[in-house]
Amino acid sequence: MALFRRNGNGGNGNGHRPSPAEKLAEVGEKVRSSQAWASIFRPGSIFRKGYTDSPRNRSYVIMNSLVYHLHPVKVKRHAVKVSYTLCLGGLSFFLFIILTVTGIFLMFFYRPEAASAWNDIRTLETSVTFGLLVRNMHRWGAHLMVLSVFLHMARVFYHGAYKPPREFNWVIGVILLTLTLLLSFTGYLLPWDQLALWAVTVGTNMMGYTPVFGNQIRFVLLGGVEIGTDTLLRWYVLHVLMFPFVIVIFMAIHFWRVRKDGGISGPL
Amino acid sequence: MTDIPEHLLRRAQERRAALSSEGTSEGEAAEPAAGGAGAGGAGEPPAGGDTPPPPADGGDDGRGGGSEGASKIPAHLLARSKAAKARGGTATATATPPATQAPAGAAPAPVARGPEGHTQRLLTVVKAGSIQDVKSTPSDKVHTWPHLLIGEFVAALVITAFLLVFSAVVNAPFLAAANFNFTPNPSKAPWYFLGLQELLTMFHPMVAGVTIPGMGIFGLMLAPYMDRNPSNKPEDRKFAISLMTLFLMFWAVLVIIGSFFRGPGFNFTFPWRDGVFFDL
Repeated sequence: MALFRRNGNGGNGNGHRPSPAEKLAEVGEKVRSSQAWASIFRPGSIFRKGYTDSPRNRSYVIMNSLVYHLHPVKVKRHAVKVSYTLCLGGLSFFLFIILTVTGIFLMFFYRPEAASAWNDIRTLETSVTFGLLVRNMHRWGAHLMVLSVFLHMARVFYHGAYKPPREFNWVIGVILLTLTLLLSFTGYLLPWDQLALWAVTVGTNMMGYTPVFGNQIRFVLLGGVEIGTDTLLRWYVLHVLMFPFVIVIFMAIHFWRVRKDGGISGPL
Repeated sequence: MTDIPEHLLRRAQERRAALSSEGTSEGEAAEPAAGGAGAGGAGEPPAGGDTPPPPADGGDDGRGGGSEGASKIPAHLLARSKAAKARGGTATATATPPATQAPAGAAPAPVARGPEGHTQRLLTVVKAGSIQDVKSTPSDKVHTWPHLLIGEFVAALVITAFLLVFSAVVNAPFLAAANFNFTPNPSKAPWYFLGLQELLTMFHPMVAGVTIPGMGIFGLMLAPYMDRNPSNKPEDRKFAISLMTLFLMFWAVLVIIGSFFRGPGFNFTFPWRDGVFFDL
């Protein structure tokens, strides 16, 4: 109280005390005019100058944010139609983000060793808050991503969207599909239960029939002549580090080419 | 010739017709007269007081902008034009059709000059499209914010909600700990590889596990380079669409058979008779 009387109103002496709302507005004004705030948000950002709906501000929203990496300021009207893309490409990317977030959560509770892997998952499911839910989301999200990437490919094909100038982006897309399958398959082993072990046994046996280097490929993949704790570590690193790294690079190229090739393809 | 506006062509036509009826002796004088008629209203003197009214040959439809355009003409040009007019004033003073007075006006004029003292002549007509960057088909565009971003945001929310609810209700499979001494029967690969596992029952493992999937992926990558058809209309792409549908159906059917119709020993079974031997 005394503090307010002495300092609160700029010394005009009429006894006006700023209300909490005014105080808040004043603090907000101070923050927004600070150097730190200006350094975070680009000139023209709506967080600097506020947002009122106008064509110019609609452009600023895109131009002064990270979205500009993915979308131009304006897109063709038909590109907005859900019935054209079914959002499948975007959803695949979004599922990848969900999988990254839930995957990071799972990494806190998991050790890629044959002796502890299964128990870690059991503990995660039974005694970690939201552990079961997050694992379920990771699992179902992975299947959903395989499905959405596959459907995205089908959609692109049926719209003839792989035709010039988009041929190369289609090739990148096929690589992304392959990487998605590899990501899912390497993750399949990690719970170290009977399902994981024998599904991967079947899968890697198939790869062992590659002509000429079949056995070498299998050896490299398994980290030995048969599945064991080395395989687990190897696939864990592939799953949480290498394939995500590679797929992010290819996704960056994919998204960049979508824009460079003139946005999404035209209507039929 | 097709680029010249119609009213100018018509005026030139009328002028030519008028001149040919004059006779051949005035042919050399007719040249500047025709040029002057084509020059339009830009050269019209601003002070319209001493100018004769435009001739009634229909050639005045292009001169409506004369008085507005005059203000843009530099002063020294106006002065020159006025002087030239004064010199040839005897010929153009009377208000008669320019065709008849053109021979008289041509005699004292060393410069090319029209019947009304025009000092410019039409060289060419440049249509707007050739010098301005006018897009032939303006594309219909909307702002990414809010039109696209809102849709993407809603799609992301829907998929998150779906995934959350589904995960809360259905648990991911988690079987007994891995045991090398006990092989489950049947042993199945992840569902997206079950098509390949299905092929294993028909082909040598090298063909089923390496050759066919490898060729499938390679063929997919080559698709845009093999498909030389430029159209993206479904009615023009019957073959491509049929082929792709066949390809997708082939894998879908194999995956479904491998998932639901294969039981112990990977033998054929019916899910409604023996149950489902399949974990996601």
